[in-house]
Amino acid sequence: MYTMLYIIKCKAILTFKEVAMSFEEKSTWVNSLVTVLVVGFYSSFVLRQLGKVPVTEISYQRPMIITIGAIILMTIVGTIIMSIATAVSATIKGDSLADDIDRKDERDELINRRGELVGYYVSSAGVLGVLALAMMRFDQFWIANALYLTFVVGGLVSSAAKLVAYRRGF
Amino acid sequence: MAKMMKVTNSIRSLRFAKGEMTQAELADHVHVTRQTIIAIEQGRYSPSLEMAFQIANVFGVPLNDVFQYPEEET
Repeated sequence: MYTMLYIIKCKAILTFKEVAMSFEEKSTWVNSLVTVLVVGFYSSFVLRQLGKVPVTEISYQRPMIITIGAIILMTIVGTIIMSIATAVSATIKGDSLADDIDRKDERDELINRRGELVGYYVSSAGVLGVLALAMMRFDQFWIANALYLTFVVGGLVSSAAKLVAYRRGF
Repeated sequence: MAKMMKVTNSIRSLRFAKGEMTQAELADHVHVTRQTIIAIEQGRYSPSLEMAFQIANVFGVPLNDVFQYPEEET
């Protein structure tokens, strides 16, 4: 549900408000969308087993490893497709200065640093939660998934912070 | 609502005075993205001192003619 809402919101932003985006901003969008899609798929696969199968018997390991690999692979593929689409679009529009398509400047670096810092704070808070779960001897299913969630949420918050900085300034 | 900086600039008028230079052309001179030039013009980003000097050099004017820092009214 949340995945769908996120996608609809992203589509609305990209469709109704034509905005010029740098390569880094587009890459951040690609990474966010891929993460939401893949983690949504993983969640639907694992969560539907909750309540039906004892937690200790849920085979989450394989899907988790596959989705981690999928996020990396799909982000790379998505970025390549986005780069090609941007270059084609610039050529069609007759943008003669399309050679700055993959340019990265000081603003991109500052925004990246700021976003990563915000993501780090979120991830750190999440790791403390995971530590608490481990100390209370929760099943490894909860520890592994809490850690997974921590990295995912940290990454998404980091991306969100970057996108806000790109749009609103800082 | 975009966060506005205290530093203001005259890049838009300087671009037009310089043969209607486009944002893309200015970005190319300074080796930044066009989106960064747009962000600076709209007051959403204050560039580094180095980039500010590079922009001033493109127009061949002193830094103060490109960027201004208005004093707050008391």
